[in-house]
Amino acid sequence: MTLEFLIDALVTVIGVTTPILLAATGELVVEKSGVLNLGVEGMMLIGAVTGFAVTLTCGDSLGDFAPWFGVIAAGVAGAASSMLFAVLVLTLGSNQVATGLALAIFGIGLSSLVGASYVGMVIAPFNQAFPAWLAEDPIGRVAFGHSPLVYFALIMVIAAGWFLNRTRAGLILRAVGENDISAHSIGYPVLAIRYAAIAFGGAMAGIGGSYFSMVITPMWAEQMTAGRGWIALALVVFSSWRPGRLLVGAYFFGILMTLELYAKASGFSCLPSQFWAAMPYIMAVAVLAVMSARDVAGSEAPACLGRPFMPNS
Amino acid sequence: MKVEAPPRLELVGVSKSFPGVRANDAINLKVRSGEIHALLGENGAGKSTLVKMIYGILAPDEGQILFDGALARISNPRAARRLGIGMVFQHFSLFEAMTVLENIALGLDARLSQRELLAEFHRVLDAYHLKLDPRRIVSTLSVGERQRIEIVRALLLDPRLLIMDEPTSVLTPQEVEQLFETLRRLSAGGCSILYISHKLHEIVALCDTATILRGGKVVGTADPRRETSRSMAEMMIGANLKEITKPAERIFGPPKLETQNLSLPKPTEFGVSLKDVTLCVRAGEIFGVAGVAGNGQNELLSALSGETLAPGAEAVILSGEPVGRLRVTERRNLGLCAVPEERHGHAAVSEFSLTDNASLTGRDRMAFVSFGLIDPGKATTYASEVIGAFTVKATGPGALAGSLSGGNLQKFIMGREIMQHPEALVVCQPTWGVDAGAASAIHQAIVDLSARGSAVLVVSQDLDELLTLCDTIAVINLGRLSKTMKVGEASIEEIGLLMGGVHGDPSATIELTEQLHAHPV
Repeated sequence: MTLEFLIDALVTVIGVTTPILLAATGELVVEKSGVLNLGVEGMMLIGAVTGFAVTLTCGDSLGDFAPWFGVIAAGVAGAASSMLFAVLVLTLGSNQVATGLALAIFGIGLSSLVGASYVGMVIAPFNQAFPAWLAEDPIGRVAFGHSPLVYFALIMVIAAGWFLNRTRAGLILRAVGENDISAHSIGYPVLAIRYAAIAFGGAMAGIGGSYFSMVITPMWAEQMTAGRGWIALALVVFSSWRPGRLLVGAYFFGILMTLELYAKASGFSCLPSQFWAAMPYIMAVAVLAVMSARDVAGSEAPACLGRPFMPNS
Repeated sequence: MKVEAPPRLELVGVSKSFPGVRANDAINLKVRSGEIHALLGENGAGKSTLVKMIYGILAPDEGQILFDGALARISNPRAARRLGIGMVFQHFSLFEAMTVLENIALGLDARLSQRELLAEFHRVLDAYHLKLDPRRIVSTLSVGERQRIEIVRALLLDPRLLIMDEPTSVLTPQEVEQLFETLRRLSAGGCSILYISHKLHEIVALCDTATILRGGKVVGTADPRRETSRSMAEMMIGANLKEITKPAERIFGPPKLETQNLSLPKPTEFGVSLKDVTLCVRAGEIFGVAGVAGNGQNELLSALSGETLAPGAEAVILSGEPVGRLRVTERRNLGLCAVPEERHGHAAVSEFSLTDNASLTGRDRMAFVSFGLIDPGKATTYASEVIGAFTVKATGPGALAGSLSGGNLQKFIMGREIMQHPEALVVCQPTWGVDAGAASAIHQAIVDLSARGSAVLVVSQDLDELLTLCDTIAVINLGRLSKTMKVGEASIEEIGLLMGGVHGDPSATIELTEQLHAHPV
C-alpha cells in the first residue's frame, strides 16, 4: 500500500516536473546568450495547441506516428513564435522585458483562438516510451513507464549542461551573454548566435507545452499550462543559470505541485488546499528573496542579460 | 637600384564616414616590417576608427589596405587574424566571469584541445617572460594581468602586425616597462607594431616612427627620437599647448580635510576594504592619491563624499568639525564637494538637462530653493555661468548631459562644483577620457581653486597627471594609504613600487584568490 502510494506519487512528480524542465532548459540557454525572453508561457501554449491539433489531424493517416509529428510541430511552432520576439528585440532593438510580456499575452490569445474549434475533443495520450510489459512491476513503472518526453527532458538538460560547459560552441554562446561588445570585436556573430539560442528556447517551450495537451490531459483547454511558464522563468534564476541545479530545482517544484494534487484528492484537511496550491509560488518568491539577499543570483547572471546589442553604434 | 621589401601594412586613401562626421579622411600610412609605429592623436582624431578598419571590425568607405604588398580584403576580425594581424583593445575584450584560459580560447580560431591550448599558452609565456595563471577568473585579476591576457591571446597567433590601442593608460610604471620589453622583443623578431597613444614620452621611448592624426586626417609624420614631446603635442592639438601656471611658492593654511584611522569593511564581494586611512589636506594644497584601479579609490571617495558613512564622526574632519556621520547633502552644505569617477549616472544624469544636473548638487549651496521649490531661473543662470566660465561646448543650459562629449561634460561637472566655492573638493579621475585641451583647462581650474584657499584631493591612476598637478602625494594599495610624500622628493620608482598592487605582491594575489574562492557559489 505505502509502496504503491510512493510509486504513484513519484510518477506524478515526474509528470508534473517534465514540462517545466523542458521550458526552463530552453530558457536557460536563451539567458546564457544574454537574452531575457519572458514569453515562455505564451510559447508553451502555442506549442500545446499545435501539438494537439497536429496529432488529432494526422491521427487517421499516421496512426501511431501522429504524436511524434505533434511534438515536432509543437517545437516548430514554439520556435516560430520565438522568432517574432527575436526580430523585435535583436534586429529592431526593442525592450526585451516589454516584448517578452507581449509575446506571453500574444501566445495566450492566439492559442485560445486557434484552439476554440478543438475544445472537447480527445486524443490518445502520448505516454508509453517503452513496451508495456517493462512497466508492470513498481520499479519498472518508475524507470520505464513514462512518456518519451520525460526521457527527452532529462536528456536535454544534461545535453545543455554538456554543451554550455564542455563544447567550444557553448563557450562562445556564454561569451556572447557575458560581454556582447567583446564577442563582437573578437569577431563572433552576436546576433546570429542569439537568434539560434532564442529559436532553441522557443522549441523547448513549445515541446514543454505540448506535454500538457498530449500527455497530462490529452485534450485542449484554454490556458491549460496554468502559469507553469512563469515557474520555468523563476526556476532559471533559482538554478543560478546552472543546468545541474535546474534539474534539482525543477523536481523540487514538481514535488510542491504534487503535494497540492494529493492535498485536494485526499481531503488532507489540516490546511486548506489553496495553501498547497499557492505553495510553489510562495517557495519561488522565498527562494528568490533569500538568494538575492545573499547576492548570489545577481553575480551569477550573464552580465549582458536583457541588454540590447546594436553593432556599429 | 635598391629593391625594398614591400611594407608590412600600407593604407592608401582610406576614408570612413559616420552620420555627421568624417572620421577618417584619405589616410595614407606605411608600416615597415619589424617597425614600432606610433599612431598619435587626441580623442576623436580618428585613431580607433582607423585601427578598427585594419582589424576588420569596420569596413572602409573608400581606399585600399595592402598587407605585405598585396591588396587585402579584411571583412571581419577572423580574416584579419588569418593575415596575422592581432589586436589588444583599449577597453579589453575580455569576459570577466570566465577563466584566463577560456578567454584565450575565445580569441583563437583554431580548435585546440585543452592540453594543446595549455601547451601553447605556456610556450608564449616562456618566450616572452610573462606570468599568468590560466585557471584564474578574470574578474579577480589586476588591470595589468588582464592586459597580459589580451597580449598572450594576440601572441598565440604569431602575429605579423600587432595593434595596441592605448595599452598603458591603466598600468603602473613597472608594468609599462615590462610591456615595452615584450614589444621590443616582438619587434626584434620581425613583428610590426602599430602603437596608439597620446602619451608622448612613451612614444619617444618606444617608437621608430610616428604618424599624427588630427580631425581624421594625417597631419604629419615624425621621427620621435628627433622631436620633442612638446612639438609632437602641438602637431597633435594643432595649437600651442597651454601649460598650467602654478605659483612657484605654495603656502598652505590650516588643515581643511582630514581622515583619522578611517576603516571600512568592503561594500561588495568584489570591493576593497579601507584600512586605517589617515590623511590631511591643508588649505591651498592639492593632494594626490595614486594607485592602480580597484585598490580602494572608489571606496575612499564614497567615504569622503558621505555616500558611505564612517564608523565614527571623528574619522572624517572638515575644517576642524567631525563630519563622519553626516550624509552627502549635509557634508556638501558644510563645503565638502565631490566629483566621482563615472560621469554618466554618478556625477551626472545623462538624460537630464545641464540645468537639472546643476540643481542636483548646487541647489543648497547656490540657494536655488525657496519654500521647498527650485527656482528654475536661478538654476538656468547658474548652469549658463558654468558653461561660460568653463567654455563648455553645448547648445545651452537645456542640452542633455548625455549629448556632450566626455571632455565637455567633465568640464561642466568640475565647473559646477568649483563655482560653488567648496572648502574642500574631492575629485576622482578628473581627466579620464578627456582630450588634452580640456584636460589642461581642468587642471588649471583645480590649481586656481587651491590658490583661493580650498583643499583639493585628486584621485587618479595617471601618475603623470598627479606629478604635474599635486603638491603632495600618497599611494593607495589594497585599501591602505601610504605615507604622504612631497611631489619632487618622491621618485617615480618609489611610487611605482608602492602602487605595485595586487599583482606586484604575490602573497596579496594569493590572499585575494583565496578570499574569492572561500565564497563558492
